[in-house]
Formats: sequence, structure tokens, C-alpha cells
Amino acid sequence: MHEMSLCESIREIIQEQSRADGFTKVNRVWLEVGPLSCVEPSALRFGFDVVMRGSVAEGAAVEITTPPAKARCLACGTTATIQQRYELCPNCGVGPMDMIQGDALKISKLEVV
Amino acid sequence: MMCGICGCGEGQVQIDGKHHHVQPREIAMERDIMSKNDGYAGANRDRFRNAGVLALNLVSSPGAGKTALLVKTLQMLGKTPCAVIEGDQQTANDADRIRATGVPAVQINTGKGCHLDAHMVGHAVDDLAPQPGSLLFIENVGNLVCPAGFDLGEAHKVVVLSVTEGEDKPLKYPDMFAAADLVLINKADLIPHLEVDMDLILANAHKINPRLDVIIVSAKTGMGMQDWLGWIQAAHAKLRRPAAAE
Repeated sequence: MHEMSLCESIREIIQEQSRADGFTKVNRVWLEVGPLSCVEPSALRFGFDVVMRGSVAEGAAVEITTPPAKARCLACGTTATIQQRYELCPNCGVGPMDMIQGDALKISKLEVV
Repeated sequence: MMCGICGCGEGQVQIDGKHHHVQPREIAMERDIMSKNDGYAGANRDRFRNAGVLALNLVSSPGAGKTALLVKTLQMLGKTPCAVIEGDQQTANDADRIRATGVPAVQINTGKGCHLDAHMVGHAVDDLAPQPGSLLFIENVGNLVCPAGFDLGEAHKVVVLSVTEGEDKPLKYPDMFAAADLVLINKADLIPHLEVDMDLILANAHKINPRLDVIIVSAKTGMGMQDWLGWIQAAHAKLRRPAAAE
């Protein structure tokens, strides 16, 4: 359940931001979770509600976006969207695909008051 | 509570007893959630590099034989200065097994936690104070999932996979094999007693990570252990080589 410790990090980052920015309540949090980030969005949502209690983000809504993972073929250089790490290149069918995007784990933005 | 005067919902405040609106606003963050851990990991990595310490993060399922392999490795390394950080949810058993070899060890108990993080490792390094130019083995919590996502500041992640675990383990737990630089296939002495397709294990591991080095070992018989020690020495030499020579 490392989603819980990720939620602890999210809480710390939001608390820091609230001190820097002077907001007292977070209505909504947008998270970007790459499809190959080894994070399960449903577990993250569950952990979020529990971990944010008592913070400025208590009760905040969570929006999770998962932009597609992209990879470049190590053989022919084609760039394509992948679902899993070990797919073969859709162009040449030979090369393994080297991920260039898809494991991000970010707080994209906050809606605050 | 909805405001009874103008019907606004969240965001109202009272200033000098007067009703006042604060419009919700958006703050663009683009902040990496792992940035805290990665900050500590970067500090650990700088510290290791400056001291010429090769840090290896050993990961595996529970029971793959990490501790037995480590004990054998330390015995074979003899006089090479080494230190060990042991991670487990509970007990100091593993650190006790390491200390029995004469090598200093610190046990981190993660309690409910499923992985080591860079902050814990930084404190353990403070306690251990590894000698400059030494080898630091970090035995992570037995778990092929969570430790993949947490950089500890190590030079390399090393996956220990035992031959009894099934050929498809790399496909079932791809994140760990993608994050690693070396897989040690352990308990090779059991191969004659099993129906295990070694070629298939290797093919599956390379499907996930074409750059993965593979060494087949047995901590029990010593098979492949010299290759593993050679790999460690090469990694250590590379770490100490000045950047200009890269």
C-alpha cells in the first residue's frame, strides 16, 4: 500500500503550498498519474480521503488524469503509445519499446480559497 | 454551508462582520509527488559518490534468498569494507545474521510500511557511517511492487529472483524489473529438481528491460558468485572514475 505514503507526500506538498500561498482550504486537487507509474488510482483516492483529514485539503475532490504512455522503438526509432512496458514496435514489429513518458506522478493544480 | 443571503457556497468569509466573497482560484503546481523522496535520494547519492561508496539496493519477493545471498557475498568479499542496511517490517533477525559475519549493519523496521524510502536510508547511513570507498548493501523490504517506485540514492537496483518463483515473474511485476540494472537468479542449485525453463525467465526479463544484466547464482553452492563479485567491482570502479573519463 505505498499509495498511502504517496498521499502523505501529497499532504506535505499541499500544506507547504498553503503556507507559501496563504490559502486555507483546498476544494479540488488535480493529479496526473501515468499509466505505468506503479500507482493504482482507486487506492490513491482511498488513501487521499483518509490522509487529508485535518489538513487544508480535508474533503477536497480529486481529479485524476492519466495521459497515455509513449515509447520509442529501440530498433527503428518510431514513437508510439504503449499500454505495457514490453510491447513490440507497432511499426517494425522487432524492437522493444523504450518508455519516454508514462510514469509521471504529479500534482498538476489546485483549486483553493 | 450555503450562504443565506446570496446563495454562494464554499469560499465565503466574514470580515468585520460583513459578508464577503472569496472566489476560488486555481494554482498551477506541476509538482512531482515523489519530489520529497527524490530530494533525499539525491542527497544520499551525492554523499555516496563523494565518499566513493557503491550503494546497491537489493529487492525481491519475500523468501527469494536475499539475506543468505548477502551473507555469502560478505563472506567472499573478505577484507573489502562493507556495510549493510536491512529493511523489514518487523524483527532485527536479518541485521543479526549480517552482524554475525562481522560486517556492521543497521536494521530499519518499517512497521506497516511496504518499502524503504530515501529519508529512512539517510538516517541509517548517519548511524552506520560507512567507510569511504566501501560497499553499502541495502536489503529492501521483501516486496516486488512498492520498492520499485522509491529511489534511495543507490547506484543500482539489483533484483534477486529465485528459480522456484515461476518464469513469468518479470511479466507479473514489470516495474521492478524495469527499474533494475541487474537480476540475480538465485537458488540455481535447485534447478535439477524443478521443471523450470531458464531461457524463458531470461527472455521475460529482457522483454521488460532489454538492458538488464543477468547472473545465475547459488548462495548455497557458490555457483556464479564470482561473476556477481566481478559485477560489483566493475560497478564500483565505474563510480569512482572521474566524470571526465566517462
